[in-house]
Amino acid sequence: MNQQELQALRTMIVVHKRWDMIFGLIGILALMIALMTFTALFADMAINGVGRISWEFLTSFPSRRAADAGILSAWVGSVLVMLVTAFAAVPLGVAAGVYLEEYARKNWVTDIIEINVSNLAGVPSIIYGLLALGLFVYTFGLGQSILTAGLTLALLILPVVIVATREAIRSIPQIIREGAYACGATTWQVVSDHIVPYSSAGILTGVIIGMARAIGETAPIITVGALTFIAFLPPAPFTGEPPAGLFDWLFAPFTVMPIQMFNWTSRPEAAFLANAAAAGFILVLMTLAMNGLAIWLRYRLRKNINW
Amino acid sequence: MKITKYAATAALVLSAVSASGLVQADVLVKVDGSSTVYPITEAVAEDFQKSKKNAVKVTVGISGTGGGFKKFCRGETDISDASRPITKKEMEDCKAAGIEYMEFPVAYDALTVVVNPKNDWIKSMTVAELKTIWEPAAQGKITSWKQVNPAWPDRPLKLFGPGADSGTFEYFTEAINGKSKSSRGDFTASEDDNVLVQGVARDIGALGFFGYAYYEENKDKLRSVPIVNKDGNPAVAPSLKTVIDGSYQPLARPIFIYVNAKSADKPEVKEFVEYYMKNAEKLTKEVKYVPLPAKAYAYNDDHFAKRIKGTKFGGENKVGLTIEDLMKLEAK
Repeated sequence: MNQQELQALRTMIVVHKRWDMIFGLIGILALMIALMTFTALFADMAINGVGRISWEFLTSFPSRRAADAGILSAWVGSVLVMLVTAFAAVPLGVAAGVYLEEYARKNWVTDIIEINVSNLAGVPSIIYGLLALGLFVYTFGLGQSILTAGLTLALLILPVVIVATREAIRSIPQIIREGAYACGATTWQVVSDHIVPYSSAGILTGVIIGMARAIGETAPIITVGALTFIAFLPPAPFTGEPPAGLFDWLFAPFTVMPIQMFNWTSRPEAAFLANAAAAGFILVLMTLAMNGLAIWLRYRLRKNINW
Repeated sequence: MKITKYAATAALVLSAVSASGLVQADVLVKVDGSSTVYPITEAVAEDFQKSKKNAVKVTVGISGTGGGFKKFCRGETDISDASRPITKKEMEDCKAAGIEYMEFPVAYDALTVVVNPKNDWIKSMTVAELKTIWEPAAQGKITSWKQVNPAWPDRPLKLFGPGADSGTFEYFTEAINGKSKSSRGDFTASEDDNVLVQGVARDIGALGFFGYAYYEENKDKLRSVPIVNKDGNPAVAPSLKTVIDGSYQPLARPIFIYVNAKSADKPEVKEFVEYYMKNAEKLTKEVKYVPLPAKAYAYNDDHFAKRIKGTKFGGENKVGLTIEDLMKLEAK
């Protein structure tokens, strides 16, 4: 290699490194735009709302007086609806994902199902609300209840859970399955002893992405009949009207955080805008808490995997 | 294994739920409908629940006047909030389902025309001038204040109004342009009235309209325009007094609640409606709406006691009705 060639090579390296740097900068800029937007919105909400956050705000019902109004019925409603959503969407979504990956034959039928599941993730949420109004509220007679809202949001996030489950299962090395089958395990044994435990961290990520979307949804919840003014809580187990059962609360009328916020932002009095900001702040904290729980669970689950 | 355990628990929960069946024995008053009427009903519901020591539960939704009537005519709600009278179509729906109802005006909503406080050329406007600005033919043509009235400056005219689905928009177009929902389309529309307030407050050439409560809350940022109903009449600015005495016309409209006649026999609904009429005047003022005169609530009370059913509007919206006119109308 003569001096000239070496020189040319060096220039080329310099040029390529410059491109590296330029792309790095573009990447940082893109990240900053996303982060700054969120930070600005969050800071604005925090500045407007933090003054309103107090124990009373969390433990009071809505009121016509902005200073007395609180979000008790809204946050309890949101938590209960999310519980129903998680209990319905996780088993269904995981079972569907496992079936498609481990049991179903790969042919055109499964291909069509796969495409449809991905497409469902992009359907506007109001469509799910209309479907649920016809199906859950009228056909099944579940009423305009927490159960209906929870199941509606479960349908909404089902595609996300299924896709995440499949991705997580695919990332398990093939040798694990081969090893288990070689020892004579049935498909069910492979799935329950290996596939599901090893992919649970990935599944959890999908569940959280879905839940974070669900907690902020307004349109389908309004469609199935969430209310705005509600100054009582769903009955705790065994406390409702006799014959009281463990699950009476599932059929109670309810409201959720985004609906309460939406109502407050459209009120004439400026003091209600502060309430809405405070409620928004709490909603972000709820989402963060949910994420935190998922990260902790994921950490615990990963620790138990030894391969 | 954990996940499968969760799955089993969930299945168990769901089957237990379907076995336990629907339990709905609570004493509940269900209200839904217009978001314009909502603040008043919310205030009444709040105080009513407190006065009953929470023995009676009240829920209030905001499905909109149309959405509220859909539920009402299916028998799902006891009371429907409405920012306009029931329409012919809705009357038929209710009739088909065998739902009879009583109609009660509960307050006035004065639509307020506002301009920027720095606007020094507008002292008042006539209905004809408003029509020149808002009629469909004005679209793309009337773009300067000077075109409306030669005495006004040649400044760009920026218009703000509620979205086409709102009852406020329906009433304003009916009262000004003579036909409901007929309006020019090139204005800034928002379902959120606070957006309209911001818009007018920022632009010296702006003109907008919305409910009186939003003006009352933002008096420092906006100026209301006195309206001349007919040529020769004096210009009248919206206020509690001018709306109640009927001189602020044609932009003051009554807003209503509709009570399911069958529900009215339930003691909790009966008490709620009576409480509503007794406290509406005070609470309406508190949420910055214009109350009806006291005799109108007494009149409502009387009609409720006599269970007078039906609507007084025959499925049409009437413009420029004073409360006296309203009380004289016979139910159909």
